[in-house]
Amino acid sequence: MNELQFLTWVRGTGLNIAVGIFLLGVLWRLFEIYSLGRKQDLSAPRHASGASGFHTIFRRSLPPPGMLKRSPVSYIGGYVFHIGLAIVVFLFAPHILLIKNLTGLSWPALPSQFIDLMAVVTMAAMVVVLVDRINKPVKRFLSTFEDWFTWTVTFLPVLTGWMAVQHLLLPYTTMLALHILSVELLLVVLPFTKLFHVFTLFGSRWYNGKVNGHKGVPV
Amino acid sequence: MERSDTLQEKMEQNGMSRRTFIKYCASLASLMALPPSAAYAMAEALGKAKRPSVIWLPFQECTGCTESITRSHSPSIEGMIFDMISLDYQETLMAAAGHQAEEALHAAMKENYGKYVLIIDGSVATGLDGAYSCIAGRSNLESLKEAAKGAAAIIALGSCASFGGIPKANPNPTGAVAVSDIIKDKPIVNIPGCPPIPVVITGVLAQFLTFGTLPELDKLGRPKAVYGETIHDRCYRRPFYDQGKFAKTFDDEGARQGWCLFELGCKGPVTYNACATTKWNDSTSFPIESGHGCIGCSEPDFWDAGGFYKALSMPADPLKMAATAAVAGAAVGVAISFANRAKKGAAKSAHETTKLEDLEK
Repeated sequence: MNELQFLTWVRGTGLNIAVGIFLLGVLWRLFEIYSLGRKQDLSAPRHASGASGFHTIFRRSLPPPGMLKRSPVSYIGGYVFHIGLAIVVFLFAPHILLIKNLTGLSWPALPSQFIDLMAVVTMAAMVVVLVDRINKPVKRFLSTFEDWFTWTVTFLPVLTGWMAVQHLLLPYTTMLALHILSVELLLVVLPFTKLFHVFTLFGSRWYNGKVNGHKGVPV
Repeated sequence: MERSDTLQEKMEQNGMSRRTFIKYCASLASLMALPPSAAYAMAEALGKAKRPSVIWLPFQECTGCTESITRSHSPSIEGMIFDMISLDYQETLMAAAGHQAEEALHAAMKENYGKYVLIIDGSVATGLDGAYSCIAGRSNLESLKEAAKGAAAIIALGSCASFGGIPKANPNPTGAVAVSDIIKDKPIVNIPGCPPIPVVITGVLAQFLTFGTLPELDKLGRPKAVYGETIHDRCYRRPFYDQGKFAKTFDDEGARQGWCLFELGCKGPVTYNACATTKWNDSTSFPIESGHGCIGCSEPDFWDAGGFYKALSMPADPLKMAATAAVAGAAVGVAISFANRAKKGAAKSAHETTKLEDLEK
């Protein structure tokens, strides 16, 4: 298989398989999780102002008082890496073109130099949070294989995409194919690991806020 | 024309000054990424060189490569240089035909054994023992093996000879392969392109005649000097790509403004060739300059690379599994949720109330 055949495979068969597994996994897990249900809480609801599920969705994106100072790396690193990743994934012209092709939706792109900068910033933030995870004994103790693995499959698409654009190490064609392959790995892994928070994040925040509100816990 | 004519003499007959010739050699040297001093050495050597024997065998081809080299520059310097090699066999260009042509071929092979340059255009059919493509009752496969034996070097001209090209496209009915798939013991230079750029072949020939060497090749056997960079990286429309300005159709405002053709399927980013720098038709323009995206014709298997009008970041094939997978996923999820509910129900009905007496037991 030569470079162009490799690229054509990842754009064709590979993408077909990856998107198939991704959709299968996402729908499976969404149905499974949201059909679980909870026991009815028979206690009389208490009233706590602003403790609704809806508020929690937003408030949990902000650090509670004092926490930013206690673990700045987690918060700032986390913000930079998530926002950077969103910019790189959703505002780079070739990516938008793929989304348009698959869903019909499209929006304006940002200049590729800016995307390039954001990719570097995102990777730097990811490395910082990884180093923090390794250095802090508590974080290291709490980390499992899944944490290291999901970090890697998230990091690889950014790294290979940036290296492809920068023409580093391998010819562009090969690097582009590796980039698409790494995204396919991410798609396959996403529904079955903690990366599924992409879909469950707001639902579980809303649920927690609702339960806490019922119990009278101000959020 | 006498066989022993040197290039210098022939050029003088054609009214070309030495100055023009040296300028030409300088451009060839720079094309092949040789040092500037090589231009004089090249002019000297080329000037004194006897017309080297070149045998050009056409296999499964469309004559586009011949058209490219003979027509586009006539009567340019490249065309003249081409007149000056001793093209002993080229079906399209030679006057002889039939048995005469075959005799000319065999005479040239015998006379220049071990010294001639063999140019192949077209892929080699291997299906049915090569019977899909025959000349004078012999298969291309047989002719290639025979002609390659006495060749000093082989130039695989065009994408078909270099990589199998269009005849090799899926489903490849003739079992077409590249020259390098058959011949393993001779130096082979691949000059892919559909057709390749004319000046590249004169450049390779000039280097071979001057220094007796072939240009430095990449791992696909292509001269690095020509195929070292992508069309995209050398494209004059590249700034538009970086700014995110794309033509969406071939006749919209973006197309008229000359914006990037990436969204219209341009394969420039994955195509290694010199079109954007050497250009075509005596440096007039190249496909992207004429408003059409690059189709990647000099890359192996470009014909099967997912369609000329699909952008590189688009799926090469429709995602056929998506709908089935989504339905299957939903079905699995629903099945599991029913199983979970059944489990919960069973647990509930198996629940026993603990009474005070039970604790005192």
